[in-house]
Amino acid sequence: MTSKTSFSGRRTVLRGILGGTTVSVGLPLLDRFLDGNGRAFANGAPLPVCFGTWFQGLGGAPGLWEPKTVGAGYEMGQLFRALSPYTHKINVFTGLKAHGRAPDHTIGQAVAFAGSYEDTIPKTIDTIIGDVIGTQSRFRSLEVACDGSTESFSRRGPNIANASEPSPLALYARIFGTEFTDPNAAEFRPDPEVMVRRSALSAVSEQRAVLLKNLGATDRARLDEYFTSLRETEKQLELQLQKPAPLAACTVPAKPAEESTGVIIDQARATHRTFASLIAHAMACGQTQVFSVNFGGGGSRLRKAESAESFHIHTHEEATDPKLGYQPTVAWFQEQAIGALSEFIAALDGIREGDGTLLDRALLMYSTDHGYARLHTSDNVPMITAGGAGGRIKTGIHVHAPGDTMARVGLTVQQALGIPVHSWGKDGNETSKPISELFG
Amino acid sequence: MNMMLVTASTQGSLRRTSLTRLIRNYSVLLCGMLAICDAPALAAAEPASTGGQAVIRRLTPGQYANSVKDIFGEGILLGGRFEPDVRVSGLLAVGTSRVSVTATGFEQYYTTARAVADQVTDKAHRATLISCEPADEKAADDVCAREFLQHTGRLLFRRPLTQGELETQVSVARDAGASLKDFYAGLRVSLTNLLVSPMFLFRQETPAIDPAHPGQANLDAFSMATRLSFLMWDTAPDEALLRAAENGGLNTEKGLARQVNRLLNSPRLEAGVRALFTDMLGFDEFTTLTKDTVIFPKFTNVLSAQAQEQTLRTIIDLLLTERGDYRDIFTTRKTFLTPSLGILYAVPVVLDRPINTPERWVAVKYPEGDPRTGLLTHASFVALHSHPGRSSPTLRGKALREIFLCQKVPQPPGNVSFEDVQDTANPVHRTVRARVNAHLTNPVCAGCHKITDPIGLALENFDSAGGFRTAENGVDIDTSGELTGVKFVGAAGLGQTMHDSAAATSCFVSRAFSYATGLAPALTQANYLKFAEGRFAAKGYRLPDFLKEIAMSKAFYQADAPQTATTSETKADATLSTTEMPARVAAQTNE
Repeated sequence: MTSKTSFSGRRTVLRGILGGTTVSVGLPLLDRFLDGNGRAFANGAPLPVCFGTWFQGLGGAPGLWEPKTVGAGYEMGQLFRALSPYTHKINVFTGLKAHGRAPDHTIGQAVAFAGSYEDTIPKTIDTIIGDVIGTQSRFRSLEVACDGSTESFSRRGPNIANASEPSPLALYARIFGTEFTDPNAAEFRPDPEVMVRRSALSAVSEQRAVLLKNLGATDRARLDEYFTSLRETEKQLELQLQKPAPLAACTVPAKPAEESTGVIIDQARATHRTFASLIAHAMACGQTQVFSVNFGGGGSRLRKAESAESFHIHTHEEATDPKLGYQPTVAWFQEQAIGALSEFIAALDGIREGDGTLLDRALLMYSTDHGYARLHTSDNVPMITAGGAGGRIKTGIHVHAPGDTMARVGLTVQQALGIPVHSWGKDGNETSKPISELFG
Repeated sequence: MNMMLVTASTQGSLRRTSLTRLIRNYSVLLCGMLAICDAPALAAAEPASTGGQAVIRRLTPGQYANSVKDIFGEGILLGGRFEPDVRVSGLLAVGTSRVSVTATGFEQYYTTARAVADQVTDKAHRATLISCEPADEKAADDVCAREFLQHTGRLLFRRPLTQGELETQVSVARDAGASLKDFYAGLRVSLTNLLVSPMFLFRQETPAIDPAHPGQANLDAFSMATRLSFLMWDTAPDEALLRAAENGGLNTEKGLARQVNRLLNSPRLEAGVRALFTDMLGFDEFTTLTKDTVIFPKFTNVLSAQAQEQTLRTIIDLLLTERGDYRDIFTTRKTFLTPSLGILYAVPVVLDRPINTPERWVAVKYPEGDPRTGLLTHASFVALHSHPGRSSPTLRGKALREIFLCQKVPQPPGNVSFEDVQDTANPVHRTVRARVNAHLTNPVCAGCHKITDPIGLALENFDSAGGFRTAENGVDIDTSGELTGVKFVGAAGLGQTMHDSAAATSCFVSRAFSYATGLAPALTQANYLKFAEGRFAAKGYRLPDFLKEIAMSKAFYQADAPQTATTSETKADATLSTTEMPARVAAQTNE
């Protein structure tokens, strides 16, 4: 007895076109081409919005980063000076806090990106948004870590962490390697091998119903996630069979040099710089619309070269300088991270798309975990957004919201990007109050 | 009883020992003298166990690599990397029962699967790895494809493919081979499918309901074979084990024993034991371990790898080669060193080889009383659990409690400042002990540090990189320490205390069983674990015998009957935390 009857659908459709040169059977083509000014497709649809999170551990020091005035026209505080060239494209939020348990190491980033501080972090905002805006690009999201680790704060659900890519070379190969299709190439000819592989993979995905049938709820959810992930690869193969819409701003970056990743701050910044370029180019080339950057981890292991202690250890152990009133080495690390963030924003803003830039159609959400790194407090935690999300939010505004939950920023971002959510957050961080100053 | 009391009164170290432990020690002694360890009088029946959930477990990267190597040979390269595993209840093995495959993870599996399939079907390998030849290489060939896929699929899925599964993949090979006009290209696509199938990537356990005991089930023969093989060899079942599963050979005690003995007596047992301890000792943390290269120029990536290898070689030698007592891992004077490790530990390692040849391992036996005895003095412990630039009694004490005693030490609160006590240049607090003691004057900190630091201070002869030292900043190091009321001096004293600790052996039993089943310790296992502890002791704490106990036990193969979604969730809630279970079991056997 054979199972040929259960082996049909997409495979059967594709079987008929193998070896051919057309790609029109059974799979929708992208029928979008750029308009004259490079900011929209020919059919009038604007270039898609992009979203990403950028995390720095131990980022806050009270009095050192906050702008002195609220509203438009603010000036960056001392620690955030590296962002000054982009003030008009950045919103700064002060006074926000993570409500909940006593100061600890993880609550800040959990509330910022998941709205909740449960031990098992639920689905995070990059994944929530990626599931809506990222479904038409080759990679639903790209996650990177700059300290040589695979640590990530991106979660699809409890125990489902989207591990970070630690290697720029590997990320380059993944995006711009042999399977990259240049959207601006004059000719497009689908690879018969890709057609075959796409067709064959459905023989695995079609096992889903049978395999899930006898499992308990927990294992069923786990295998369901497996099949969702398999579907992502199928989708990648499908996209390789379609002629992509031309994207004028798309250029292929140079292959990164052999790398030395690690926790020394110079290594982390160099790694980050390459990641920033690769992610920016990937978005300009329509490869992804969502990213998640982990600059140095929560309990940051980053170190100065030839130094024995990590950034994290310094926050606990460095004496406060009586003249300066703060921990100078800690502040140095904090400035390094913001310098890196500034370079990321520059990478997005450096890609021209018509009369705007990639940053203008992107929305980057920055958060750290502590308002006062020395004591690991979760009050007045620095948060910012960069980019206008294609005109969906205003920029250049400082919003002071003392005591409000950090989840307000997450709610605002989701609503700006069209996620149908009325309220967000848990564990005392529930909010249905977006930051309305950014709308309208 | 009189003899036991006399023993207790004449040996100071035993005065604090519980009556339970005395009885156990006495039994071991008696077993050894009379060689009656298996006597029915001492071998109580295994208590009833309700088993646990049959789970699906994602292959670890090591298990994936081992499986591919066993099926296709050493010449097949994997490349790439996989999603990191997650540590749950002290083990990555338990984490494999919780994780799934993310989109990026699947992409990585797919890339690796294609690379493997490319190699298996290329001209260099096909003659040896594919047992048949197509009638025409430029066309599909169902007969040859079926033969290859049936054979290979059975090894990859760890059970025979169903007729439907086989014919589906034959069909894939046929379509792809015809389209690409290449039989081997078609086979390549089918093999890729097998390698990314959840049937390969996840170990799926199938409970077969026991009609005599409603609500309870035993794993089916292929699930048994899989659990056995990964426990013993850390790889998929081999041909002989699959055949035993197919012909009912695992369904009788005699048949099961035959296979268990075969696995235990194979040199491949070493791979399984290495995997067990690599997981238990947390060696995955070495991937992110860094040391300050100015202070510790000797601690290179090579040395980091050698530190792990030293410990694994020591364990294999003691527990398998010598068939020694598990508790001796804390006290053994024998270890294996390279010249680089010798420099680290200040031990001369003389080789009869010219300079610039690859480093060679040499067996070393420290003299009686040497402070470098036992696993806790290895760089794989003291360096892994230190700060990059200085030792840490706190991290070491915490690691010892979590790894070897199965206790959970709370995370420190965030809002603490150590700026006054952690300055290594402090002219008053010149040693770690002085700095830590100053630190303990803060009552908020003292609560937790009292359960970690007195353990770790005994290891202060070893710096952050594991290097041996007797003084710090010109002051002799005081290595006195304490663990649950037992006072000792130095690493040797700590090792002896751990050796004598009932909680340590209790923890190992619990961890090993969790490792074997992929399940966190649960209340339903308490009776079995207590029983297993007794058997471990009765067998002289010998690991191979203990693995055999697990492999021959009913508990290892019992599973809950298939659950509805609701009851399944309820069951999961009954899982105990890392701390609760060992503490509970320990409370029944400790003073």
